[in-house]
Amino acid sequence: MPRMIIDGRPVDFTDEPNILEVARKAGITLPTLCYQAHLSPFGACRMCVVDAGKRGVLTSCTTPPEDGLSIETNSERVRRVRKMALELLLAAHDRNCLTCGKSGSCKLQDYSERYGVDQVRFFNPTDEDRKPIDDGNPALVRDPNKCILCGNCVRMCNEHQGMHILDFSWRGSQVEVGPAFGKQLDEVDCIYCGQCATVCPTGAIMVRSEADVVTRALQDPRKTVVFQIAPAVRVGLGELFGLDAGVNVEGKIATALRRMGAERVFDTNFAADLTIMEEATEFLRRLQDGERLPIFTSCCPAWVKTAEQSYPELLPNLSSCRSPQQMFGSVMKKYFAEEEGTDPADLYVVSVMPCAAKKFEARRPEFRHGEVRDVDAVITTQELARMIRAYGLDFKELPDEAFDQPYGEYTGAAVIFGATGGVAEAALRTAYKKLTGEELARDIWQTAAPGETTREAVVEIAGTEVRIAIVNSLGAAAELIEKVNAGGKPYHLVEVMACPGGCVGGAGQPPHDTLVRRAQRARGLASIDKDCKFRQSHANAAVQELYARHLAEPNSHAAHEALHTEYSSRRRIEGGITLAEGNRLTVEVCVGTCCFQQGAYDTMRKLGKLLRDHELDGDVELRATFCFEQCGQGPNIAVNGEIIDNAVPDRAEEIFRKEILPVFEEKSEGCASCAGCTCK
Amino acid sequence: MIATIDTLDELRADACAAREAVPVRVLVCAGTGCVANGALEVLEAFRTHLGHDAVALQKEPANLGHTGCHGFCERGPLVRIAGMNILYTRVRPDDVPEIVETTLKQGRVVDRLLYTDPATGKKCTGEKEIPFYARQTRTSLANCGHVNPDDINDYIARDGYAALAKVLRAMSPEDVCREVTESGLRGRGGGGFPTGRKWDLVRKAVGEKKYVIVNGDEGDPGAFMDRSLMEGDPHAVLEGMAIAAYAVGANEGVIYVRAEYPLAVARIRTAIRQANEAGMLGEEILGTDFTFHVRVKEGAGAFVCGEETALMASIEGQRGMPRSKPPFPANSGLFGKPTLINNVETFGNVPAILRNGAAWFAAMGTATGKGTKTFAITGEVVNTGLIEVPMGTTLREVIYDIGGGIRGGKKFKAVQIGGPSGGCLTEEHLDLPLDYDSLLAAGAMVGSGGLVVMNEDTCIVEVARFFMHFTQSESCGKCTLCREGTRRMLQTLEKIVAGLGTEEDLETLQELAVAVMDGSLCGLGKTAPKPVISTLKYFMDEYRAHVVEKRCPAKVCQAFKRYVIHPDACKGCSKCSRVCPAGAITGKIKEPFTINAESCVRCGACVASCPFHAIEEVA
Repeated sequence: MPRMIIDGRPVDFTDEPNILEVARKAGITLPTLCYQAHLSPFGACRMCVVDAGKRGVLTSCTTPPEDGLSIETNSERVRRVRKMALELLLAAHDRNCLTCGKSGSCKLQDYSERYGVDQVRFFNPTDEDRKPIDDGNPALVRDPNKCILCGNCVRMCNEHQGMHILDFSWRGSQVEVGPAFGKQLDEVDCIYCGQCATVCPTGAIMVRSEADVVTRALQDPRKTVVFQIAPAVRVGLGELFGLDAGVNVEGKIATALRRMGAERVFDTNFAADLTIMEEATEFLRRLQDGERLPIFTSCCPAWVKTAEQSYPELLPNLSSCRSPQQMFGSVMKKYFAEEEGTDPADLYVVSVMPCAAKKFEARRPEFRHGEVRDVDAVITTQELARMIRAYGLDFKELPDEAFDQPYGEYTGAAVIFGATGGVAEAALRTAYKKLTGEELARDIWQTAAPGETTREAVVEIAGTEVRIAIVNSLGAAAELIEKVNAGGKPYHLVEVMACPGGCVGGAGQPPHDTLVRRAQRARGLASIDKDCKFRQSHANAAVQELYARHLAEPNSHAAHEALHTEYSSRRRIEGGITLAEGNRLTVEVCVGTCCFQQGAYDTMRKLGKLLRDHELDGDVELRATFCFEQCGQGPNIAVNGEIIDNAVPDRAEEIFRKEILPVFEEKSEGCASCAGCTCK
Repeated sequence: MIATIDTLDELRADACAAREAVPVRVLVCAGTGCVANGALEVLEAFRTHLGHDAVALQKEPANLGHTGCHGFCERGPLVRIAGMNILYTRVRPDDVPEIVETTLKQGRVVDRLLYTDPATGKKCTGEKEIPFYARQTRTSLANCGHVNPDDINDYIARDGYAALAKVLRAMSPEDVCREVTESGLRGRGGGGFPTGRKWDLVRKAVGEKKYVIVNGDEGDPGAFMDRSLMEGDPHAVLEGMAIAAYAVGANEGVIYVRAEYPLAVARIRTAIRQANEAGMLGEEILGTDFTFHVRVKEGAGAFVCGEETALMASIEGQRGMPRSKPPFPANSGLFGKPTLINNVETFGNVPAILRNGAAWFAAMGTATGKGTKTFAITGEVVNTGLIEVPMGTTLREVIYDIGGGIRGGKKFKAVQIGGPSGGCLTEEHLDLPLDYDSLLAAGAMVGSGGLVVMNEDTCIVEVARFFMHFTQSESCGKCTLCREGTRRMLQTLEKIVAGLGTEEDLETLQELAVAVMDGSLCGLGKTAPKPVISTLKYFMDEYRAHVVEKRCPAKVCQAFKRYVIHPDACKGCSKCSRVCPAGAITGKIKEPFTINAESCVRCGACVASCPFHAIEEVA
């Protein structure tokens, strides 16, 4: 077995991709700001450097292990680089740590303490020259003053999500990360999945917090506050209180929320079972009619926004079902308020979600009636943890209480919504029963292997082969859709979740450095499912009762009104882009150093204005170019390749009238009246 | 006509015969330097005059032509009368009738256009007599100034593509790699990696598709070796590339050139077209089954794109950001395929090595630096220009013998070698042999070969600030130490030249420099502190003068300038107070004026305006 020497000790290695992982195996944790095992290696932050003697200082995250290589992880040289890198990062960083939402979980803060950075000798520009904060959207807050340019968000957005919303721009110390042309997230196609925030080591990208408004609502005597808890939240929250990932803490959540003043604590799982009743019915109808297949799931708001932006042609294929969050909100404001005799405006519905995009979804105009929204506030798993701490509750020691009824009842089919593949599985369980009258004998769905993004399955239901595709992360979704559009993959049902691993890996979940935690959460959901008395949505008695009282049957008119929605294209440019026909004239202006100094740029601007004034800007291509090698007679311009000397700004009009305008005047004089003339 | 390895010799014989039939050829240098000095007008004048009076001359078009850079840019525009061994310098269009009349018709030399050796006062007719040329050994530049870069037959007549034919006829790829390895050729772009070894790595790399890239992204301030070679002898680069492609098993090549080198781009493009037409590139090269296609990629001028991984990212259409190595380009380069990437000059050396044999090349230079190296000498030296000398030539020979010493009789102070990635060397290094290892040991580097000579009027702190400003604004911003470290070094240097520096700043500067050198991702960052480190080492006194004594010994830094009016010399004319933009000079007419040091902006306008030399700048 190949072997390295790390800090004098031999360490065997096998297939570790880099020295960093070998060191981890040997029990040495090297600091990393830009390293994420599931992203491509970047090697930019220089924190994980190791000393390889004569080979110099190497970044352990990008260097593969080598047999016989000896490295030191904490030599004088390495400490010097590491400490200087931290001091330099801090020098350009907004150091108002006490008021930063990331305080306490910020890697930069942690490392500064760990490596003893006790001074910053350089002037901090954020003191005077603060860059504007990007907070024009409901889900994410981007603060460039806290960005350390590790590029994690850029790679996450590109490599996993395929969205390419964020990238580097400018050079040197001016470098920034953000959307193109300095735009804000709400001005571009960001789908608010928030995966960028999950990998940000500092507070530069964070999920927007609504904890304060929720706290105010809880203390507002006029409001009746009801909560819904998404499936993935119950297997993640415990991590923030020292419990293992995957441990189900729903009982403690119910207790905590009641102690905070919640009127009722319900469960999004109820709405998930409701969703399956609607979606399975819709699916079977389409399967029967053979139309609008494959059906795409619509639970994930980030995926829905992606479809509206990038695949409007697929919108008819999207299930018209609202997401569980919105079905729940609708049931609350429509039926629960009525049952309770409460004005819907005073009923305050709070969702606890593992997700950033749910904040956007809750604000969609389709789910608002006048001033009243179906879901009033969305807080994440992390925000809930912060509220629990703010209320001084000792979470670990809280007793378990049950959710309120009837909207707190759920089956195993609902709880698996929280991990990739769960929605498809749940829909199949019910579809199978509807078609065959029997329960599906086995689980098609198994918890996904860490990092797995796409799965296919074939299920035989009453003689029909139902082909399913399950995909998590939008980059993988884009690949799959390409195949579907190319006609190569005739699926019947496609489940799409924007976040890697599904909702358990959502941006609202506790920070997770490794994929292992995500897999543990998914396994936690699977075990809840296994322990449920009923594991099929149609077995949810409370859901059946809702149909009996209000909705008649799945896909009824009332159900459509309350539980379904419509989509519309958000594509900015319809019909593609066609290039204008070839320009009739090309005018090049040399902007090389000499010509530039002699006013070439002004000449160019004047020519541009003249062209626009004469409406010739569509016919003439005006462009800057480099040296014509006639610097002595500058500024030089070339009209269809013919060079004109001494084109100073004052001569722009003269040149325009003599060299450019005549080309177009001839045409109008010669051909104004003779139709069919060939001289056109 | 498409040549094969068997008919290339015939083609060459024809090309030579056509040239010998024209005993006298007028070759006007059309390198960028000469063009800027009016060479194209000179060429036009020749065309006009020869057209009017072609009696005494042959009518073949080859009797007048343009060439790439001759190297002696200081004396441009240059006109070579080939066949008569005459080199005319600083030729104006007005001189052309006389050259035509006297030299071309009567066969006599126009003395006044010859170069005069300042040491002896002797007129030098041919370039062999000019010290600037006499002390050089031009191998990679052998054709520059002698061939028309836009005419492949000129190149073929001078043994062009003979090496490619030899390789294709009789050598295996292994043979080629061995030959290059034995020649001792090392990368001319700065790194100095053994070229043959690199080729062998790419040859052995597994992959259906491989690429050969020419790095022509020369961006160091004051460097123009690669540009001159591309402009002056583009076919040598193409031939070197084709040989390399054969050796490593590549069939596609990219020449990456900055868009700011329009002439180089144009000439390379012409050369590619002609080579394709002549069967030296493209499908079935020289009648064999070897295929190699070459295209040009114009870079937008980012300095960091000279770093090989950033360059490849740029070709791929990505942001020009370097990535960590390994993987090395030899295994995973352009589009993830095995890639050979060498500098322009490295490829330029290849044809001659294959033609003359490894031993010929290895006979030149030092133990660890074989062959010759081109340098671009600029700055305060008499003969600026492009030179080529054997490795191991001393700085003194380059600066004094070839460069003609320091301009205006000033004293030599320092020389910056290797551009912003190199170091500053001083008087004590003048006898240092120029090769990779000796320069590295002295804290500089060969780099691509830029030599900026500085005289006693140069402030070394300001020089360090200048280079740091360059690297800071050209840093891609990816890794922490380069992006933030160069920024803070620049800030500190700016503080020092502004007169606000402290002794602690010098320590911080040193500490930053070491950390940035050790901890940066790519070559740009790793070498960016070199100007600072070397100047701190050799010119600590000058730094200390700035921070402790608050003066700039070279009297360059504005912040330290003081102007005084000597009352006994001042006649009270008020001229100075009228030109002073800050209103800092006051006084009564016919009485001595005074300068208010606080409002003075130290522009020096008063000094220039005083008719009585009564105002003095004091350090």
